[in-house]
Amino acid sequence: MTRVAHAPRDGTAAAGRFPGWLYLPAGLGAAVLLLPLAALLVRLDWAGVPAAITSPAALQALGLSLATASWATLACIVLGVPLALVIARSRPGVAAALRTLVTLPLVLPPLVGGIALLALLGRTGLFGEVLAVWGIRIPFTTAAVVIAQVFVALPFLVISVEGALRTAGTRFEGVAAGLGAGRFTVFRRITLPLVAPGLLAGAVLCFARALGEFGATALFAGNAAGTTRTMPLAIYTAFNGAGVSEDTAIALSLMLIAVAIAVLVLMRGWRADAPR
Amino acid sequence: MSAAPERRTDASDRPAAGTGLVAELEVERGGFRLDAAVAVGPDEVLAVLGPNGSGKSTLLGAIAGHVPLDRGEVRIGGRLLGGAGAREVPLAARRVGLLGQQALLFPHLSALENVAFGPRAQGAGRRESRAEAAAWLERVGLAGFERRRPAELSGGQQQRVALARTLAAKPAALLLDEPFAALDVEAAAGMRRLVREHRAALGIPMLLVTHDPLDALVLAGRAAILQAGRLVDEGPIARVLGHPRTPFIAALAGVDLVEGVALDAATVRASDGLVLRAAEPAGLVPGARASAVFAPGAVHVAPGAAAATGGDAEANHWSGTVASLEPTGGGVRIVTAEHPGVAVDVPTAAAVALDLEAGAALAFRIEAADVSLRPLD
Repeated sequence: MTRVAHAPRDGTAAAGRFPGWLYLPAGLGAAVLLLPLAALLVRLDWAGVPAAITSPAALQALGLSLATASWATLACIVLGVPLALVIARSRPGVAAALRTLVTLPLVLPPLVGGIALLALLGRTGLFGEVLAVWGIRIPFTTAAVVIAQVFVALPFLVISVEGALRTAGTRFEGVAAGLGAGRFTVFRRITLPLVAPGLLAGAVLCFARALGEFGATALFAGNAAGTTRTMPLAIYTAFNGAGVSEDTAIALSLMLIAVAIAVLVLMRGWRADAPR
Repeated sequence: MSAAPERRTDASDRPAAGTGLVAELEVERGGFRLDAAVAVGPDEVLAVLGPNGSGKSTLLGAIAGHVPLDRGEVRIGGRLLGGAGAREVPLAARRVGLLGQQALLFPHLSALENVAFGPRAQGAGRRESRAEAAAWLERVGLAGFERRRPAELSGGQQQRVALARTLAAKPAALLLDEPFAALDVEAAAGMRRLVREHRAALGIPMLLVTHDPLDALVLAGRAAILQAGRLVDEGPIARVLGHPRTPFIAALAGVDLVEGVALDAATVRASDGLVLRAAEPAGLVPGARASAVFAPGAVHVAPGAAAATGGDAEANHWSGTVASLEPTGGGVRIVTAEHPGVAVDVPTAAAVALDLEAGAALAFRIEAADVSLRPLD
């Protein structure tokens, strides 16, 4: 077998060849990711699924999850796009520092995020005491769920949009200004459309992350049915056997997996026809 | 080597201040210094030629408003756009059109939307600006391409859309930054024709920065030569390219430039011994510095050294041994070891007859009528 024989099939054939034994760790890696999910399907008591996922408690949790994740995603877009713009247009040193700060919640355990949020907005927190004077209480409300989700999901959006902004560069913006467009027109008609694919990808990741958020929510928002018990918290509650069986937890997990897959498939569809 | 040439202008044919584009630019950026003054009449095209790194892009950037001035000012039609101390007119209000090497069409907009962008941004209604854009697309020969995305257009078509987009924004001045350089020969010719056609109708000052003397010849009436941040020559194209003042322009125009000292009113002797005489007295002052220019193809080549005569000392005769041979359009370019700055072109047939090879001795001769002489200042 020669290089020449392989090359015409696709240009990367010669460059893409690798030692065959690497299939072993690759297969193990895939197994680590997929076997647990498969086990979930096997263990599931299918007869109980309809009842489990249509129970008022499950639907309430799903509704709360979708609502809070949507609000959180919206907040991430409104706050994250300007933040990404500031980072992308900063001097290199400043940009690197800002980027590190923004990525911090990404590498932090969500539980730490929850404690941090309590330290800021909790009853005795930095801002919490001031807010309490005005009669505003944030922890253990639905607002707290959204704030916790924004805290963990915002980095995804900022990183994604900032990358798109840097790829797009400022040349088109300069051209637009030269044609007589003011700054807001340039932002609305050039900058935003150019980063739209990155913004969509970021928003989808953001939504998925918000949907799965548990640690920060549990600490900062608590686990009150109807106000702060989102799907992950409902699963945790079911699993700990507070009145429901472990099967309910599995069924709910399945639901969350289905939503996550739907989100990822949607994102693939968007990216496929996104202009580059 | 002469000292840094002084800037010299044929002031008589420069436009009066207050009309057209008048810019005095001083910009210092990390060791590089641009110090140039340009004036372009209301319906004139000035070509700025210069080697890489001479400051051409800085010059355009300073006029367009992308590069801040340290000193000087930019005025178009008497309107002060920017200057040290003066409030800079924002980019969006400058109305300086810039067409570069790359079309830079907005990738998410159709051809029509790209062209309509300027009128729309300047406050025209949606339908009005689209109608205007359609008219411009037709003027650049792209009727029927309105809905195409930039990615669906060829390089030449993209550049024509870019021209339409720039002109649809009704610029008060147009800056062209090698707009034909990235196009193939045919597309470049089409674009040149297009710019030439619209030049007169627009009635705005145009500044064309280029490497290609053809651009200057086709489009511009005057040329300025930028070197190391300074304008070293400026005048009618025929004079600037016909008798280049610097080796760079000589190379660009494809002519040989020999600098030396005048022996009499019609003779120059170069430092390497070459003596060149023109048919007519050129008003040279004996002892003063002067330059001779001739076309590489005007030189006659014969085998063997010019030994019988006085060698190099005889005017318009010299000899040399071949140092390098290079293919040219229709023949071979000879450079000799003795006169490395003088290129001589021979047609292929003549090259074969001469049996050229490195180290071969050749005799060169040029008619006095083919030599142009000028005093150097």
